[in-house]
Amino acid sequence: MIEREQVLHVARLSRLRLSEEEIDTLTGELSSVLDHVDKLAEVDIEGVEPTSHVVPLENVLRDDEPRPSLDRDVALSQAPDAHDGAFRVPSPQAEA
Amino acid sequence: MGNNTELLAASGAETAAQIAAGEVSAAEVLDFWLARAAGDGLNGYLWQADRDSALSGVADSGGPLAGAPIAIKDIFCTEGVPTTAASKILSGYVPPYTATAVGHLRAAGMPMLGKTNMDEFAMGSSNENSAFGACLNPWDTGRVPGGSSGGSAAVVAGGLAPWSLGTDTGGSIRQPAGFCGIVGLKPTYGAISRFGMIAFASSLDQCGPLTRDVTDAALLLAALQGRDEMDSTSVGIEGGIEAPSAERLDGLTFGVPRDLMREGIEAGVLARFEDTLIRIAELGGEIVDIELPHAEHAISAYYVLAPAEASTNLSRYDGVRYGLRASDEDLLSMYEVTREEGFGPEVKRRIMLGTYALSSGYYDAYYGGAQRVRTRIVEDFQDAFGQVDFVVTPTSPTVAFELGEKTADPWSMYLSDIFTVPISLAGVPAISIPAGLAEPEGGGPELPVGFQIAAPAFAEQKLLEAAHALEGAIGFDGSAALEGGLA
Repeated sequence: MIEREQVLHVARLSRLRLSEEEIDTLTGELSSVLDHVDKLAEVDIEGVEPTSHVVPLENVLRDDEPRPSLDRDVALSQAPDAHDGAFRVPSPQAEA
Repeated sequence: MGNNTELLAASGAETAAQIAAGEVSAAEVLDFWLARAAGDGLNGYLWQADRDSALSGVADSGGPLAGAPIAIKDIFCTEGVPTTAASKILSGYVPPYTATAVGHLRAAGMPMLGKTNMDEFAMGSSNENSAFGACLNPWDTGRVPGGSSGGSAAVVAGGLAPWSLGTDTGGSIRQPAGFCGIVGLKPTYGAISRFGMIAFASSLDQCGPLTRDVTDAALLLAALQGRDEMDSTSVGIEGGIEAPSAERLDGLTFGVPRDLMREGIEAGVLARFEDTLIRIAELGGEIVDIELPHAEHAISAYYVLAPAEASTNLSRYDGVRYGLRASDEDLLSMYEVTREEGFGPEVKRRIMLGTYALSSGYYDAYYGGAQRVRTRIVEDFQDAFGQVDFVVTPTSPTVAFELGEKTADPWSMYLSDIFTVPISLAGVPAISIPAGLAEPEGGGPELPVGFQIAAPAFAEQKLLEAAHALEGAIGFDGSAALEGGLA
């Protein structure tokens, strides 16, 4: 079960400005999915190590040598708003 | 010069062989397939090449794949060509670089026909989550082609491409291949570079071929696999891959996890599965019952782990560097409104689910718990492969379902992947081959059924040999759908 307040909290963490209708729908849908997921508690995982990755690799490193990367103009070419060789964003302060 | 019927009927490898033998020119082949793709009646393509763009960057390789054009799932970055992952948030995005996998195909001399439709960010099992409209199944255009690589499966089955490239996180190559009556291979995690493949769940995502037959799947895997310094999780397949030639299964054992198959499987699907077990025995293979005690929990574990990884991967879509920006109010509003407008319902659902599972107070119970259940599932497969050479199941519990049939109930959609997800969590390779046709549960014309074979990590050559032998014995003919792709 998940409450409407939790949905609003998770939406804020997710940076999603959900509509009222979506909040209602998601409260129901997430509750339903979590009911199924809660069955995981039936599995005995006492002393079991977590798997984050199936390939037995660690510390894959390359030589630390400088090399060319994306050209600045190319990197900026897809930006919704680029200015003076940088990505431009709206002010973090809402205008009064 | 080959006539059009011959070109349409040829597999990818046969097409390349005809070009190499001088029976048809590469230009004629490309023009034929570009014209077929232009007749797309399935909404299979989101972008189509012209002659120049198809050949951009393609080497004059003279190799076994040279000249045979391929369709690419729109999740692979392609320099200078729009790449959307079927999301509105990436509409208009033109990547400044090309995915390693696509680069390998170009180096092998393969032109690109176009970019195929898919579920948004590969999240879905029906292709109905595309921001650019559903893709249709060439066997019955009232039904889904499966997903998320629905476009890649539909264009191959429907005669709009000789073969295609897709990606598989929880079944997204195998399930649509099964629904469309073609071959789909998900290699071992780490066999092929993920560089330039738009990320969904990074510990599970793996690309692979969708083809008319097993030989084509092997030839594409041979070209695609390998270590890539741009993807630290790629290791490649030691010894490479060769075209399979086996015709028998003597001495090989095939494990059937009967416990996982107790309910929810259509009668027609089960009948084709049992038929295929008989074919295996006729070829000298041995059928053994096995247990995968924790596989029944795979869907639950997957719907914690994959959304958790997705919620972090998709945090990059913030309206700053590329793609959609939907507000210029203040910074926080810009993020929130852009993501609200740019993502579709299933993607939002998974971002919310994943963020919840990773949030303070729930992390250990959900994410940590699911990672430990994943370990149990990995161990189940290790135990199984200690007893048998392969694990076999139906690819999906049903044949292709109707458009709209499962969209109202997310969990019922998620259960389409009940046989593919455990294998994804274990990271091992699996192939879906067509096992025949069956009537859907609600009645109607017969539709393809997929048969899934899984093998131990990096045992792709052995897997392809077995699939090749079985394919010969089944003798499936998918030509009925080849004209189903045209408008």
